[in-house]
Amino acid sequence: MDSTGSRHPMTGNRMDPAEEVGPHGFETHEYDVVVIGAGGAGLRAAIAAHDAGARVAIVCKSLLGKAHTVMAEGGIAAAMGNVYADDNWQVHFRDTMRGGKMLNNWRMAQLHAQEAPERVLELEEWGALFDRTKDGLISQRDFGGHRYARLAHVGDRTGLEMIRTLQQRAVALGIDVFMECTVTKVFRDGGRVSGAFGYWRETGRFVVFSTPSVVLATGGIGKSYQVTSNSWEYTGDGHALAMRTGASLINMEFVQFHPTGMVWPPSVKGILVTESVRGDGGILRNSEGERFMFNYIPEYFKSETADTIEEAEGWYEDKKKNRRPPELLPRDEVARAINSEIKAGRGSPHGGVFLDIASRRSAEFIRRRLPSMYHQFKELADVDITAEPMEVGPTCHYVMGGVEVDADTEQSLVEGLYAAGEVAGGMHGSNRLGGNSLSDLLVFGRRAGHNAAYNAQKLSGNRPEVPEDEVKAAAEAALAPFANLEGEGGENPYTIQKDLQEVMQRLVGIIRKEDELRESLVEIERLKERAKHLRVEGHRQYNPGWHLALDLANMLVVSECIAKAALERQESRGGHTRDDFPGPDPEWGAKNLVLTLDGESVQLKHQPLPTMPDELKPLFEEA
Amino acid sequence: MSTGVSSPGRAQVREKTLRQDNWWVYPLLTFLGFTAFVVYSTWRAFSGDNYYSTPYLSPFYSPCLATACVDGSSDLGQPVGDWWRLSPALIILVFPLGFRLTCYYYRKAYYRSFWLSPPACAVAEPHGKYTGETRLPLILQNIHRYFWVAAVLVGAVLTFDTILAFRNEDGEWGHMGLGTLIFLANIIFIWLYTLGCHSCRHIVGGRLRHFSKHPVRYKMWGFVSKLNAKHGTYAWLSLFSVAIADLYVYLLATDTINDLRFF
Amino acid sequence: MGYDLKMRIWRGDADGGDLGDFTVAVEEGEVVLDAIHRIQATQAGDLAVRWNCKAGKCGSCSAEVNGRPRLMCMTRLSDFEESETITVTPVRTFPVIRDLVTDVSYNYEKAKQVPAFAPTPRDPDGKRRMMQEDVERGQEFRKCIECFLCQDVCHVIRDHEDNKPAFAGPRFFLRYAELDMHPLDTNDRRKLAQEAAGIGMCNITKCCTEVCPENIHITDNAIIPMKERVADRKYDPVVWLGSKIFRRGDPAARTEV
Repeated sequence: MDSTGSRHPMTGNRMDPAEEVGPHGFETHEYDVVVIGAGGAGLRAAIAAHDAGARVAIVCKSLLGKAHTVMAEGGIAAAMGNVYADDNWQVHFRDTMRGGKMLNNWRMAQLHAQEAPERVLELEEWGALFDRTKDGLISQRDFGGHRYARLAHVGDRTGLEMIRTLQQRAVALGIDVFMECTVTKVFRDGGRVSGAFGYWRETGRFVVFSTPSVVLATGGIGKSYQVTSNSWEYTGDGHALAMRTGASLINMEFVQFHPTGMVWPPSVKGILVTESVRGDGGILRNSEGERFMFNYIPEYFKSETADTIEEAEGWYEDKKKNRRPPELLPRDEVARAINSEIKAGRGSPHGGVFLDIASRRSAEFIRRRLPSMYHQFKELADVDITAEPMEVGPTCHYVMGGVEVDADTEQSLVEGLYAAGEVAGGMHGSNRLGGNSLSDLLVFGRRAGHNAAYNAQKLSGNRPEVPEDEVKAAAEAALAPFANLEGEGGENPYTIQKDLQEVMQRLVGIIRKEDELRESLVEIERLKERAKHLRVEGHRQYNPGWHLALDLANMLVVSECIAKAALERQESRGGHTRDDFPGPDPEWGAKNLVLTLDGESVQLKHQPLPTMPDELKPLFEEA
Repeated sequence: MSTGVSSPGRAQVREKTLRQDNWWVYPLLTFLGFTAFVVYSTWRAFSGDNYYSTPYLSPFYSPCLATACVDGSSDLGQPVGDWWRLSPALIILVFPLGFRLTCYYYRKAYYRSFWLSPPACAVAEPHGKYTGETRLPLILQNIHRYFWVAAVLVGAVLTFDTILAFRNEDGEWGHMGLGTLIFLANIIFIWLYTLGCHSCRHIVGGRLRHFSKHPVRYKMWGFVSKLNAKHGTYAWLSLFSVAIADLYVYLLATDTINDLRFF
Repeated sequence: MGYDLKMRIWRGDADGGDLGDFTVAVEEGEVVLDAIHRIQATQAGDLAVRWNCKAGKCGSCSAEVNGRPRLMCMTRLSDFEESETITVTPVRTFPVIRDLVTDVSYNYEKAKQVPAFAPTPRDPDGKRRMMQEDVERGQEFRKCIECFLCQDVCHVIRDHEDNKPAFAGPRFFLRYAELDMHPLDTNDRRKLAQEAAGIGMCNITKCCTEVCPENIHITDNAIIPMKERVADRKYDPVVWLGSKIFRRGDPAARTEV
């Protein structure tokens, strides 16, 4: 970085009054790889790209280390076989595919299962302190949908451990980080990525990155829903950026509602209650005290799920002789079951169901295994989870859909544009298993970073150009919400966001219907119209109203994608449940829905699923 | 002050502190408590009198090592000899005093209440310059561990004194009075305080890198850690108990009261 | 159930600012951050505030509530009287950017100065073995969510701007202690902890521990043990002599960095 003027020591942001004028009219930086997002996938991608010799920048909306990965609680799924020696990548692969109802990109699921163990050991190499087995190996815990105890974990704060480890590694390697900087546009030169445009949240000034490789690692879309475990950052930025750059999205109809979010008090509604509570012995009861999950075992998982309380109880001790308790079915099944119980009038006082571990495990055990859950309920809800049950209900947690990428390289349809982590689609099919997210970030983050570096290297000096006119257009678009200042009225971005969340929650939620989905599309169209008249107060310096106004465009287009795809897919599968088409349909099970942007309008097409090679098929033939 | 929270660039607020709770209670009580103890113990230590009443020897004067010590009070002999003209308490008191002065809990307490550095959390301290414990004399706080060793020895002597307190006025064993109980309580608090010391915690196991290779020391460390969590409480309790034990001996020695004998 | 809450919120930037009065409707079970958000959505769209998870896990929404360093998302309104006015200011140890947002780059600079973890080689089977009791101390410190409230409350820098270059603050003593207690690390950072991080500046007045939202025993479990380790190296001739005599040829010996 240059030495002129006063620079912000953290962000490198220019602090003197005169705006820096680079080659593109704004502050400009040149890199080989620009990673957007500093969660698990972004950091792992940046480290990999750095290791491959690239000049790397990480650009993130928040401070370093605050990304949504910190919220992950349960663990990292990896078939290391530390607790059950029988575990291996084939079993993990099979669990993942079955959990995703076979809609997964088989190659991604395979790579994921094969590479996850080494990625976990790498974290340990960089300073992560996982919980240990008696032999001193990394301990692994049970989770829904995983045949063996497989999740490497640190109490119930695994995500924090992961992000801190990667953050410290990135800092040790000296990777440049642009904190509190939001990217609003990815540039193309012909068919190839050539750069990105963004603004510093702190000053509101613009910045241009000249780079042949961009890795999207922006996470999910949860902020489009009212009840969500996701943070404000989850506005689908990467999804929208990819579409506007010419890439495609797949599987957007599949949104995971985590079965257990807090339901009370109102201000914390949606905050996650980790699946580890169930993995460690917690069970679900309705208001009549019934352990209702036994009534919701689907045909598909009958052979591996206990159907009596005795067998379910036996499983915690002996996993070979007994089948797993129904509370540990994949998340979509449990979320639907809870939803049905509440609708049938058997819910808890605050509209959830009871999650009880207090009567089943000692207070000491609970505090040791679930310290942050204990803390969270104590501090936010005045509930002592070692003494009383929790009230929980479904919360929007994760989007299975995302940017369509090549399984091996994570490159999208656009040359030089990569995606990894939640923003990428395919890996999890129609439903993600708990614990597979953190391993996904590591496995595909690394692959994306590596390939992005290679993409830059092979250009050898022949770098694509940042188009001058598009820079100007991007700056104008970013300032548009201020342009309406003189006009009468104008829309408050917070109000539109609230209305969008209400529409998505009500019409595109866990259980969907054709007429409601149609209505949602009409509503979204209306909101898009209103969003053209946004008006923000104040100036450009750290102005959350303005930031939201810009994020809103992304939320709207992503919401439209979800609703469109949900309307099109006439079956129920994983994270997509249609009231009017209650069962899975093999024909639909063989295709993905692909979404692209044509101008302002979202286009949708059917595309056959990649076929699994014959040698993997026997894994699914056993009973 | 242009330094501190009113430094240029920081958010400026007119009020000295926005805290609305009674943050000044802790430093005030600490100040009063310590001051009272210092006044009392200075008077008692320098008086050189009324510190022994069979079978009780005031903990301020134990072990009593000078020739000037009264009959029966010098169980460890009088190696210092007769050149020592001051109160015999001053020879030995320097060790427990040094231990407590360099103690991590007491440091917090007196830095807050006497130095006001800081008086309470997020309440500005009145000093313009601050160097912490990096220079003389405060750099000497680093020798706390040596005072701990001395404190263990003094603790052993006080334990011996407590055993001696199970005698009657004629030196016969198997008797008890109120003084014995006070001495017993005192020595228990002294050990709870001494063994919960941060330096002790470091020495018994804290300095290890692998607890798993030293299971016995790990156990000991766990025990010390439990005491250490209440170090502040034991610091106060033992401070009171040692003063009460001395006061009791003083009252006996001045014949103000008689020892309440149980058997 | 709901009521109108009176708040005073600091608004301004590095050039100056003041406490502004707001009245906002709040509901049962809400936290300070909820009230701030409602003000932002309905009364002051440009009110700058940092936040992410709103569940006490990311450490973004650090501020001072009634003069005490707190996470806004973990400060419940029920802790106050309904008639009480709640005053919220940005953290006061770091330069303000705007409203409740401060420039915490000091902490990121200090993070860069800690030499990285340098483990011993893996076991022959490609894995590493560490016992639970050996990692537990470090795990406590790694609960840190980097809210920097300990840094904010530490009077060494809060009350003395000029100490900032020579002092890393509680959060980083935590980091030094974590690495020094790591069963597989090969670096000896005690000299750095004393000289570069300035652990001798700390007078263990424990405010860092008081404000830690994760209840980490920063002073008792990290800073004091680290001070003792520094004393081993620098102020204790007996330990020094012992290490010269007994540690020679120890394969797990650490290298001073």
